[in-house]
Amino acid sequence: MAKQLIFISALLITLAIFAYTMRKYFLYFRFTKSLKLDRFSERVYETFNVAIAQTKIFRQPVMGLLHALVFWGFVVILIGSIEMVIDGIFRTERVFGIAGIVYDVVIATGDVFALIIAISILVFLFRRLFMHVKRFYGTEMKPVSKADANMALSFILLLMITLLGMNTFYFLDMHKAGHELVGIYPVSKFLAGFFDQLSQYQVHIFHEINWWGHILLIFAFANVLPYSKHFHVFMSVPNVFVSRIDPLGKIETMESIKKEVTLMLNPSASVSSDNQDEIPKFGVSDANDVSWVNYMNALSCTECGRCTAVCPANITGKLLSPRKIMMDVRARMKEKGPGMIKEGIGFSDEKSLLGNYISEEELWACTMCNACAQECPVNINQPAIILDMRRYLVLEKSSAPAGLNTVFTNIENNGAPWQFSPQDRLNWAEELYVNG
Amino acid sequence: MENKIKIEVPVMADVFANGRTPEWLFWVGSAGAFDDRYKKVTRAFVKILTYLKLDYAVLGVEESDSGDVARRAGNEMLFQMQAMTNCEIMNAYGVKKIVTCCPHDFNTLKNEYPDFGGHYEVWHHSQFLDKMIDEGKLNHVTGMFEKNTIVFHDPCYLGRANKEYDAPRSVLDHIPSVNVEMPRNRSFGLCCGAGGGQMFKEAEKGNKEVFIERTEEALATGADIIATACPFCMVMMTDGLKYKNREEDVKNYDIAELLCMGLGL
Repeated sequence: MAKQLIFISALLITLAIFAYTMRKYFLYFRFTKSLKLDRFSERVYETFNVAIAQTKIFRQPVMGLLHALVFWGFVVILIGSIEMVIDGIFRTERVFGIAGIVYDVVIATGDVFALIIAISILVFLFRRLFMHVKRFYGTEMKPVSKADANMALSFILLLMITLLGMNTFYFLDMHKAGHELVGIYPVSKFLAGFFDQLSQYQVHIFHEINWWGHILLIFAFANVLPYSKHFHVFMSVPNVFVSRIDPLGKIETMESIKKEVTLMLNPSASVSSDNQDEIPKFGVSDANDVSWVNYMNALSCTECGRCTAVCPANITGKLLSPRKIMMDVRARMKEKGPGMIKEGIGFSDEKSLLGNYISEEELWACTMCNACAQECPVNINQPAIILDMRRYLVLEKSSAPAGLNTVFTNIENNGAPWQFSPQDRLNWAEELYVNG
Repeated sequence: MENKIKIEVPVMADVFANGRTPEWLFWVGSAGAFDDRYKKVTRAFVKILTYLKLDYAVLGVEESDSGDVARRAGNEMLFQMQAMTNCEIMNAYGVKKIVTCCPHDFNTLKNEYPDFGGHYEVWHHSQFLDKMIDEGKLNHVTGMFEKNTIVFHDPCYLGRANKEYDAPRSVLDHIPSVNVEMPRNRSFGLCCGAGGGQMFKEAEKGNKEVFIERTEEALATGADIIATACPFCMVMMTDGLKYKNREEDVKNYDIAELLCMGLGL
């Protein structure tokens, strides 16, 4: 009974803290720009393809496979975690066992995955601690980012150790007590061989320690994640669902501009003018100017650096790093969000995303090649934010590099980026012959 | 041995005045019309169109910049004005099918003009040429490049932006030659460094220019022809060859030029 009370209390505390954090994120999302989602069937397909089947992570086959195994393993093990919560509340033991053979398969798979995940995590930790993998470095990778990554990996390693411990000592406990075993444990059965000399009492205690250790780690992990880059674990699947499904080359049309241009070219056009005196702000200069999808992108970023590793600007030593852009959006919202919750969206701390976090030099180095977006395993659209900040600079501040201003003037006057007369547009066709 | 025939490039306004709507619009693009190097590509492509006896026309002086650079440099206002003006003209001529040598204009016309009432079937010249080859209309390519090694550089706006990696390669496969790949190819292809308005501005501070990085990668394959399929890529790779002092032994051609030469047009 006491155990049940402790468990339920721990669960309630976990849920309360989680709800508090989620409420804060929910409010942050309300400060972002709205965006309509459509084409749901295509999104379901994209989610299966990119998130569930992990197709994009396989662009780096070896590390990709390890990540995919960790992901698929998590999904299977999650079933066991839900069972543990039910067992904890109702004082049952392995309650899903009633599923019989299905349970055997799920538990056996989870048992094997626990070992695979533990090994993968050790490989990941080894790479981070002892190998100089270029994409784990960069100006935005401060010591706190590295500590965050190592903390998340250590958490998962401990989760897997306690899971295997729990299974191993459960196996021994049942075995020694002569009870019937629920589930199949290929890995833990093997590990049990090393602890066979322990007494019935000892294995029972070790099972309890690992059971509690595992579930309390899950509770703690769930509440640490939203404050870590590893929020990725929660956000990436929904992020893929809401991500861009248009071709990478298509840029979102600014509807606010479209109204103005339509009127400019055709003054008699009837454009629905819902609110005449409210002049919209063009582009993005602060965290609350981005769309909710942009912000979701930022929260899904786990700082893997695959984007920055393929960025032509970054490769050639420029300041721009697509990963930094996403981290900056997230950090700026974290900084400004609490103020906006208190004082409303008009809140100002005399700082902004553009300027205090991201410099113009970074923005103008982008070639819009979409290599970053192509590479991102969770479909983050980095160029969209870069472009929206360029839009702010050009449309609100008239601040573009000189060469581009010349291009704008030329297109406006001559219909071409260069200073040629539009009347000469067919000059290439003069004196043209073909061998017949 | 051969007789040279003068090509009169059909202009949409004239064809339309004669009460006809051509099947295809050849969208020349600003670079194709004004960039000295790329004008040669435009001319080569038109020679192929003439050889094919294709029913097409160009907009000529009525064509205006697609707005790709303006949009990607942040000037949405200017882009939309260009898009609306161009759509209005093309819709007035009842344009249905468009072919263009520029992957940027291909992307803009295909993916972005529908938001402004322009709904067309848009082909990049690599896709068009690939189709004509498939239909057996461009046979008899000579062996003039048999001894050459050709490496293809993927344009971002054909490749990653629109997932077209095979068409330019199968055009090159049709030309007897040795074809090689750079380590970073297809969806992994490295940008030439010109996109997003970069070609028209000074590069930001760094330790290298992007076009040099890419040219070095192309040269490392040992190829003596760098094949491109984009006016911006062509400027960049040609500059790269000059920078590396390799313009004598390594040439940069558009796939349409290679095919045109191979066909002896």
